Amino acid sequence: MDFDFSEEQAQLKSAARRFLSARCPLSLVRATLGEDPARRASRALFEEIAALGWCGAAIPEASGGLGLGYVELCAIAEELGRALAPVPFASSIYCFAEGVMAAGSAEQRSRLLPRLARGEIVGCLATAEGSGAYQHRSTSCHVEAGRLHGVKIPVVDGDVADVALLLATEAQGASLFLADLNHPGVQRTALQSLDPSRGVARLSFSDAPVERVGGAGQGSALVERIFDRAAGLIAFEQLGGADRSLELARDYALERRTFGRPIGSYQAIKHRLADMYVKNELARSTAYYAAWALASAAPELPRAAAMARVAASDAFGFAARESIQIHGGIGITWEASPHLFFRRARHLSVVCGAPAGWAERLAADLCKRTPAPSSGAEAA
Amino acid sequence: VNFEDSPQEAAYRAEVRAWLEANLRELRQQFADLGAADLTVARAWQARKALARYARITWPIEWGGGGTAIQQAIFSQEESRCGAPLGFFGIGLGMCMPTLMKFASADVQRRFIGPALKGEQIWCQLFSEPSAGSDIAGLRTRAVRHGDGWLISGQKVWSTGAHYSDYGLLLARSDFDAPKHQGLTMFWVDMRAPGIDIRPIHQMTGGSEFNEVFLSDVVIADDQRIGPVGEGWKVALVTLMNERVEGGKERGPSLEDILGLARSIPSAQGTMADDPAFRQRLALWYLQAEGLRLTQLRSLTALSRGATPGPEMSIGKLVAANRLQDLTERLIEYQDQYGLISDPRYAAGGGRLQHDFLYAPSLRIAGGTDEILRNIIAERVLGLPGDVRVDKAVSFKDLRG
Repeated sequence: MDFDFSEEQAQLKSAARRFLSARCPLSLVRATLGEDPARRASRALFEEIAALGWCGAAIPEASGGLGLGYVELCAIAEELGRALAPVPFASSIYCFAEGVMAAGSAEQRSRLLPRLARGEIVGCLATAEGSGAYQHRSTSCHVEAGRLHGVKIPVVDGDVADVALLLATEAQGASLFLADLNHPGVQRTALQSLDPSRGVARLSFSDAPVERVGGAGQGSALVERIFDRAAGLIAFEQLGGADRSLELARDYALERRTFGRPIGSYQAIKHRLADMYVKNELARSTAYYAAWALASAAPELPRAAAMARVAASDAFGFAARESIQIHGGIGITWEASPHLFFRRARHLSVVCGAPAGWAERLAADLCKRTPAPSSGAEAA
Repeated sequence: VNFEDSPQEAAYRAEVRAWLEANLRELRQQFADLGAADLTVARAWQARKALARYARITWPIEWGGGGTAIQQAIFSQEESRCGAPLGFFGIGLGMCMPTLMKFASADVQRRFIGPALKGEQIWCQLFSEPSAGSDIAGLRTRAVRHGDGWLISGQKVWSTGAHYSDYGLLLARSDFDAPKHQGLTMFWVDMRAPGIDIRPIHQMTGGSEFNEVFLSDVVIADDQRIGPVGEGWKVALVTLMNERVEGGKERGPSLEDILGLARSIPSAQGTMADDPAFRQRLALWYLQAEGLRLTQLRSLTALSRGATPGPEMSIGKLVAANRLQDLTERLIEYQDQYGLISDPRYAAGGGRLQHDFLYAPSLRIAGGTDEILRNIIAERVLGLPGDVRVDKAVSFKDLRG
């Protein structure tokens, strides 16, 4: 048993932190609130990240990746989250590449994974078609004779992605399909995003060619599998963001003085910072559990991912919100940094399903594992 | 990161399981009922563990340990799973003995550590006073030189288990002229010494785990002193830091019990176990319990890599106590009016939940209040400044209130 990063993993993590603090300062993140030049800057950052091999950290060497493993990818994710990196890494790697690895044919894997690992193409995952969780809506996107019709909205990173995995119905039910987003049958509309460092788009498909990924009618089950994996990885991005929010607030509380002393000496402030720390530590413990479950392909993964998702969403949401409060008036200004974290915290808490749905999965898991003694016959 | 046993750990776990099974079987032959409240059974179990070097696995080898933090965790997991008798020895072994190991003379260590480990002697802590709770360095119990020894007078309070303890770790003021933290000295006392009067405190639960201890001219020898005169605060900090390590466990009804209760309560959706609001809450309690367990495992790794238990240990009790309060309040309300019954003849679970509801407030106070724990995290982990202290450099006798 070992409940921490190994020495090599810790070294990878600190190298990632050094790189990102040099190449991805918060000024770069803030620039994405503005216009196009920032888009180019974040594209350049993504290319640098890809050149370091991070995209392929968990992609096997045989498929063009580094084959380091999931704990290493988690370490990278934590640093990307800390830096609020304005790159489509989560969509392309935690969602799209994981989907290809989970369900793709040998041909699809060998065609897509090396290019994803090199960062030559960016992938995304499209499940939403309107308000509410996709599980509670019928899918209007449909495929006939290999052609897709319908609208997905919103698609995270759909403004920059080259390829998408998406859920659509065919004769056999809902399946997962791969679409080339650069095809003329795809109309892309970039939308204003709550967190402009991560884009959202409306994708309209009209007679767009697609190919199925995985079995017919397996779409919803595959999306669940992808979400389990993405949730574990995104929890590390949330953890990184939560830690940094706490640090920003702590540093400000040490520097800002009222009534003759630093505000960090007042218990009202100290106790809130302590509460942030407690939430972050619980989130870290569950995230490590998810990292282990990912790395060892453990059957506990759905449970571990759900715990990490709920704990990390809570921690980052709380830290980002209370960091603004501790910064006082300056905290609500455009120029100050706390709102960048506040935006990202909410982005990440809904990006692969909102926390309430994951909490319900945890409750269901517990109910299933604890059969009612008197109603054994019913349960069977 | 690896949450599975290595081959060596798996072998150790198998060995522990076999030992527990065989020894619990023998214990059951000896005593009909292994009820946790029975001191005789608990002593017998503790003696068996000590003989097999399982009583305090991480202690130094000369004190019956010699194992690793991971081995201790494996043993504790297996022991709590199999209904072994627990309780009584936590304060002595978890807090008092580590303090003796660090500060007491070799003679004192030889005299007490072995018997405490075997469950032959029970220890309590005599720190808190009516006017010194969170501000424990404000205590007023007086230690006055008396011939070659000392005369102790004062009043202690919240001493868990003092009524069945053999010895106590006592913090007293030996110098009223020094500033508050510098005038303290630590001693050990025989709880049966003349001049000691122990009175159980009647708690809001109806039970009495804590005591008031009155000391009037208790005569003790100078070799009962632990650490130098005037350095009692330094000694006490070691005791208190070990208290944090003990505190962060899941408390109250198990998740299985909570779910069992919910399934017995009708609701609009069928039973409470189908109610969406309940299920969100259940998920939170589940997550908190697992979060606590996993956080303890993380601190194990830190310990096994050579770290010492630090202030980050304070989060355990903070989370566990507030979780218990939340879940007992909610589970009573989910039963609607039926939750009012604490009568064991009718109450679900024999009224245990109503007891825990009344117990939860004490858990948020004992062993460091929520507020003190947050101060510790803020100051010692996050590096925030201490509160304004008007009393630190002033002679204790000049302080008011």
